[in-house]
Order: sequence, then structure tokens, then C-alpha cells
Amino acid sequence: MSAVAVPAGAAQTRRARTGFGLLILAVAGSLLAYVLQGLGLHGEVPRNLAVYGVVFTGASLGGWLVIRYAARSADPALYPVAVLLGGLGLAMLYRLMDERGRVDIAQNQAIWLLIGLACFALTLLVVRDIRQLDAFTYTIGLAGIVLLLLPIVPGLGYEINGARLWVNFGFLQFQPAEFGRVLIVIFLASYLSQRRELLAAGVGRFGLPRVKDLGPLLLAWGTSLAVLLLERDVGASLLLFGVFVVMVWIATGRSSYLLLGIVLFAIGAYIGWLALPHIQERVVIWFHALDPKNVNGIGYQLAQGWFAFASGGTVGTGLGLGSPTFIPYVGSDFILAAFGEELGMLGVAGILLLYLVLIGRGLRIGVERQDSFGKLLAVGLTTVIGLQVFTIAAGVLRLIPLTGVPLPLVSYGGTSRVATFVILALLIRASAGAWYRERKGP
Amino acid sequence: MDRQIRRLGFAFVALFALLFAQVAYIQVFAANRIADEPANAARQIRAEYSVERGQILAADERTVLAESIKNPDPNSVYRFLRKYPGRELYGQLTGYYSRIYGLSGLEDAMNPYLSGTAPEFTAQNLTDILLGRPKVGGTVLTTIVPSLQRVARAALGSHQGAVVALDPGSGDVLAMYSNPGYDPNPLSTGTDQQINSAWNALISDPQRPLVSKAFQELYLPGSTFKLVTASAALENGWGPDKAWPNPHVLDLPQSSSTLQNFGNEICHVGTTTVTMAQAFEQSCNVTFGLIGLHLGAERLSAQAHRYGFCPILPPNQVTCAEPTIPFILPWNSGRFPESSYFNENLPKVALSAVGLDNDKQNPLQLALESAAIANGGLLYAPRLVTEVRDSAGRTIKLFDKQEYGRPITPHTADQMRQMMINVVTSGTGTAAQIPGTIVAGKTGTATNCGPVPNCNVPPNAWFTAFAPAGSGQTPTIAVAVIVLDGGDLGSEATGGRVAAPIAKQVLQAYLKG
Repeated sequence: MSAVAVPAGAAQTRRARTGFGLLILAVAGSLLAYVLQGLGLHGEVPRNLAVYGVVFTGASLGGWLVIRYAARSADPALYPVAVLLGGLGLAMLYRLMDERGRVDIAQNQAIWLLIGLACFALTLLVVRDIRQLDAFTYTIGLAGIVLLLLPIVPGLGYEINGARLWVNFGFLQFQPAEFGRVLIVIFLASYLSQRRELLAAGVGRFGLPRVKDLGPLLLAWGTSLAVLLLERDVGASLLLFGVFVVMVWIATGRSSYLLLGIVLFAIGAYIGWLALPHIQERVVIWFHALDPKNVNGIGYQLAQGWFAFASGGTVGTGLGLGSPTFIPYVGSDFILAAFGEELGMLGVAGILLLYLVLIGRGLRIGVERQDSFGKLLAVGLTTVIGLQVFTIAAGVLRLIPLTGVPLPLVSYGGTSRVATFVILALLIRASAGAWYRERKGP
Repeated sequence: MDRQIRRLGFAFVALFALLFAQVAYIQVFAANRIADEPANAARQIRAEYSVERGQILAADERTVLAESIKNPDPNSVYRFLRKYPGRELYGQLTGYYSRIYGLSGLEDAMNPYLSGTAPEFTAQNLTDILLGRPKVGGTVLTTIVPSLQRVARAALGSHQGAVVALDPGSGDVLAMYSNPGYDPNPLSTGTDQQINSAWNALISDPQRPLVSKAFQELYLPGSTFKLVTASAALENGWGPDKAWPNPHVLDLPQSSSTLQNFGNEICHVGTTTVTMAQAFEQSCNVTFGLIGLHLGAERLSAQAHRYGFCPILPPNQVTCAEPTIPFILPWNSGRFPESSYFNENLPKVALSAVGLDNDKQNPLQLALESAAIANGGLLYAPRLVTEVRDSAGRTIKLFDKQEYGRPITPHTADQMRQMMINVVTSGTGTAAQIPGTIVAGKTGTATNCGPVPNCNVPPNAWFTAFAPAGSGQTPTIAVAVIVLDGGDLGSEATGGRVAAPIAKQVLQAYLKG
């Protein structure tokens, strides 16, 4: 396997042109959504449209220029899709917070989007080749675990809504798990790419992996359980373990790891169920949110989200014209329901399709990469986003019990926004490296 | 590894397919059921009041019966207020639009159009969403002629009662007013407390202003039912000039009771026989009781049901599930027993033939009978709404006139017309004469006594008419009037004295244009 000398010129220009066209569409879509929410809410174009438009367009173009400078042949679709999701999210957050008289919160999120884009650029500029990251396997792994468990440290971590996933450095509050997850994925890609032959070769009894090869799986399981039990963060725990099992399976090609993972997940879930009353409550709410005795009580949030979707119907009420603010925490966990009410089934399907494009492009990068580390990294990072989207969307839609994870790039949450942009930067970097072989056009 | 990555891709597609399926289920297939759950009421009310609801307009397309205006209070959760500029004049037609007591009248019946949720609006709603325009409901055009509606109200004056005016050639409701009416404004806007107190005042009013006497309440038809009995006789080949025995009172078979003429008078003093036309002109109960007995229950029932009376089976009062004649508002058509009710109960046939016993009707039912006769036997269903337009003025729905049936032949209609003209020229309905116009009519004076003999309770006075009724003329208006409890004449009241002058004013106003 060797780097194929891509006939650079033509293909690159074509990609760049496609990407730029998509970016213009994404920026236009975002600004249109922003105008529409103002029209719907107040019957007038938002007063700060000019400022918002210039900053949003400028920042989006800035990120684009960095890609052109630092990752010429990069995937053309990832960045525009991310910009559109971010822009739609901001428009909706602005609309929600405006109705609650808290425009400052929405402006805050706009600043976080800028910080996210800055970190995106920084990542692309600093990491010139993702294989640089392959060099510090254990340092990165350790850093990842430290970040994951940081909120447990007394005096540093604190709880919000029953989950201890915040760290306060006085000047800065953030959720370290969002970054911890990225580091863990890098560590796993590195570790598994070195060990995959060993792990794949060893077969114990009944075709199951040998006990001595189970170390990493059990370690990941333990960490996930620690996150679950000590931080009471169901979503983060689930994501972490899910990504881990998927990566081991991809690396070894052995379905038995997948099976084992499901068994361990079931055991972990049962332990969580026994240890944490609020998990039991989540399950009860999942089933009984609409029961008359719950619908204005513990089931209120889920029921209101459910009603928001139903009230939106096929095409929705139009931006700014629904009543999504009936839903508690609509800006974070339930932002998809707000889109459901105001843009209808078509809007929700559109947003989910955008994520599906992100996932598809991410996995394709994994296929196209010629090195194991690059493959595993791309697939792992994509899985983080994909599982996160599914977990929160399925939770809000009552397909599974609700676990509070942000909808990447769209919902309220600064750390998540920044972390997702870092993930995208790494995916884009992975698509532009020398180990990337392009088979067909974009 | 690539194989696993592809499988992972398929797995994600499968997971997202689950999401899509669930979204489609909640937002399309089960959307209405979920959105209508009581726990979602707050959102629905808020959503409803965020839409600029369409206007309800009169036939002139200018007079506003109902409209939505922007709430002057920008902080209110209700962005629009519903206003009824005509107040009680059109209240029973428009109905109210109350966030506490729901919807009634046209507000209810036309709600999908007024609120812009009807399927016809889908394209416009999509455009509105894409352009960020707020949704605006459709405008409903009615057939009501405002000047005639005002004349109807003025003619009734302080009498409790109702007036219905139809266009016989289309079924269009030209005027429909019932006194007392009610003002929908206080039920539709104001604080919860104001709405509640307005509602409580209305439902505790013994005159029941929320229920229209024109098309919802039911009363004994009295002599106006002779329109049906005479029609049945003519259809049976017994012409207007056929002579009938003329006893002072009619001894009812199978019983000791008798049927008397109004005021126990003698019909056509001094003659031993009387023709149906003469009996019709003077509204003789004895003759029509006799005709009823000769027709028999089957033929009488069939004729009543052809005119739109709903078949019932007393005493259970099994009512029609749906009114027999379609109308956009929920209404009660007249009621007449099924023929089996009369089995071995011949006295009731005679009583029913003169509009007593279990017969029931309201002015709308009676106006339909006149309209059918006026229109040569062809009956059109009453029509109150002709068209719905979207906010850009495009027609999105037309309600064509609807043929309901042919209760009588054109020949019978012609004979009926002539007999009705005689009622106005020289019979009980002379008070409805209009100089220069031939008017056809029929009076009715229906007791409120029930089976009690010789009571002094004032009767209900009926009158129905159409004009112009001359041969070769096409009648343009048919009216029916009821005045409850004798109006200002009390127990002296008759249809001819109390109700006919009101009908005359309405006819005159319309014919003058």
C-alpha cells in the first residue's frame, strides 16, 4: 500500500468548486432561516441582520479559506453541511431565546460558534497530518481518561440537573467529556491499529476472544461504568462504550466483539438501573409520558415535545410561528422538537438527512484512507457524531429512553459545538492527507 | 476493515430509517390524534389565535359578519381578536369563537377554511412558510343580504320569534334572524371572567338566545302543515275543486273526541260541502282532518318526508341522525311520524294532517316547503355559503346550489300556488297583501296548550309566503315567520294577524330591491 500520486489539478479544482457552491447554499440557508424566524416572531426582518450576516458569512468563509490553504484536496461536503447545521441551530436558538426574552443566551451561542470555527481552523493548521497523532498513544489515552473523569474531582466538578458533567475553572465552565471523547477515539485508533492483528488472530473457546485480549474492552467498560455511576451521565457513558465497541469490531473484523459488547452493555445498563433511580424514572417516563397522571408532571417535557412534533404536521407552522417554548430545555435536548413544530416533518427529515450526509462522508473517508490508524480514526469520530445524533433524536422521538446529549452543532451547548468542530477538522484533515486515495470524483 | 465500515454505514442508515419512520408516524399519520389530546390544549389555543382567521362576509362581499383584528396588546399571547361588527344581527349564523366554550355556527362549520387548515390551503401554506409569511385563513362568502337581515330584525321588533327568507331558485338563505339573538363578541374576546359571565347570562336566559328559533328549535306547525296535506291530496289526484263533506266538527274514529275548526267556527256557513281550495283559504281543520283520514297514514307520511320532515317514531322521539336536507349549519329539520305510528290510531292521522300531535317544524323547514312550491316542485337545499377565497382573493372552494328533491309535481305546485294566492287575496292571510304584487301564502296558529281544552295560553303564530306569485312570474323570495306566544296580541293572536304583516315587510323590502 502506498500513497497514490493523485493527478492533483483537475480533481482538486472540481472539489473546491463543489465545496464552495455548497458553502454558499449553506450560508444562504442559514441566513434565510434567521430572517424567517424574525418575520415569524415579530413580523419584521431581524434588526441585527446586517451585523449577523456579515459575521456569519465572514466566519464561514474564513473556515473555508483555511481548508483551501491547509487541506487543499479535502472532502467538499463536510464543512458546508456543518455550517448549515450550525446556522440553522443558531437561528432556532435565537428564535427560542427571543421569545423567552433571553437573546443574550443566543448571542452567547453565536460566540461559541465563532470559537468553534477558530478551533476548527487551529486544528487544521496545527495538525498537518493525522498520523502525527499516532505518536502519543498512551499520553493521549491518559489525557482522555483524565478529562472524562475530571468532573468527579471535588471542588472542580459540579452538577447540573442531576448529572455531574461540568467543570468550573472559575473563568471557564465546560464539559470536559466532550473533548475526552475525542481523545479517547484518537487513543483507540492508535492502540487498535497497532494491535489489531494480534486481537483478530487470537481465538479462544467458542470462537470468543481470549481472556487476555479482553483487557481493553473491560477497561473501556469500566470507564463507561465509572462515568455512569460517578457522574450519572447516561448519555456520555453510552456514547463512550458504543464508540469503543464499534472501533474494536472494525479493527478486528470479529463480530464476537460486537456480541460481547452488547452483553456488557446489557450488564452495565442493568447495574445503572439498579444503582440510579433517575434511570428507572427515565424508563417509566419513556413508556408513560402521556398518561394523564404524568402528562403535566414527570412526563411533561417528553409529552410537550411529542405534541410539538404532532402540531407541526407535515410542513410545520413556519419559523417563529409555533409554540415550542412550551417545552422545558427546548434549546438543548429538545431542539429537534422545535424544528419539528415549526418546519414540520420535512424540516426534521432535512436535518436528519444532513447528519446522514455527515456520517456517510465520514465513513467514506474511513474507507478511502489507506492506513489503519486513519481508517479507525475517521470511523471512530464519525461514530461519535452518528451515535450522538441517534441517541438524542430517538430519545426525543420516544424510540428509546431520553438521555440528555446535545444534538451536535445545532442545540445549545458551547463545549459540544467546539468539540464537534474539532472532530470535523480531524475528519477533513484525514480526507486530505497523503494516505488518502481518491477512487472516484466527489 | 472496509467491509465492517460499510456494514456500519448500513447500520446507521437503518437507525436513521427508524427515526424517519417515527417522525412520519408522529407528524403525519398520528399527528391529528396526538395534537388533539387534551393535554395539548394550551398550544392549540395559542396556535389558533396566532393565525389571522378569515372573514365571514355577507352576499354583497363588503359587509363583515366576522373578522380578526390584530390584538392592540402586543404582550398578549393571543395575537388576534375575533370581532363581530353586526353584534346580535348575525350572531346565530356566525356563531362564536370562544377559547373557553369552543366554536359554534359558521365559525365551527367552516373552521378548516377560516383557519386555513383545509386541504385546499396546502399549496398556499407551503408558500407562506417558504416566504416566512404568517398564515392567513380563508374568507367565507355567505348568501345573507344585510339590508334584508336588518328588515327581518326590525319587522320582528320585540316579538320573540324568527324569520327565514330563501331564494326558491337556489336555496340561498337571504335572511335568517331569530329574536332574541345574541352578540358573539363578549364570548370571543375578553378576560376569562368576562367570557364566563357573558356565557352564564346567555345560558340562564329563558328565551334561549343561543339556540336559533329559525332553524334549531322545533314547534307544532299548526295549519301551515295543510301545505303538506293539500300537496298529498293533489298528488293523489284529488283536485282543489273536489267537494268534501262540511260538518261542524269532525268526529274522530275509534274515539269519542272531535276535531274542531279554529274558534269552533263553521267553515263556509250554510253549505253541506266545501272544496279543498275553499277549506284551504279559510284554513278549515275539519276538512283537512277528513282529507287526512281519506289519504291515510302512508300517503300523508310519505308526502311529509318528501318535503324534508324527518321520520320519527313517537313517543321515543327517535330523531334523524342527520337532518334530511343538507345545510352547512347543524339544524333540525321538521319531524313527522313514520306511518307505522298511526297503526290502529286513526284520530292521530286527522290531528297530524292539521299540524298537531307529534308534528314538528321551524321556520326554515316551512320556508323550504314554500320554496319548493314557488320553484315548481323542485326543492333546493338551503345554502348559506357560496364560496371560500384565500387571502390573495383566489377562489379555492365553491359551494354549488344543491338539488334536494322533487316533493311535488309541477302541476301540483301550480295548483298549490293558486290556492296560496287565494289565502292572501281573500282568506286568512290578507295582511300580507302587497299592492301591485301577487303574494302566495299560508297562515298557521298553533296552540301552546297541549291536550288541555279551551286553555288561554297564547298560541304561536305562523306565516309563510312567496312572491311574485303571478302566473308566468318567477318567485324570487320565499319567507317563513314564527311569532311565539301570540306576540303582542296574546291569546287573540293568529298567524294572519301577527305573523303575516312581518312576512309582508320582508317580502316588500326584498322585491323593492
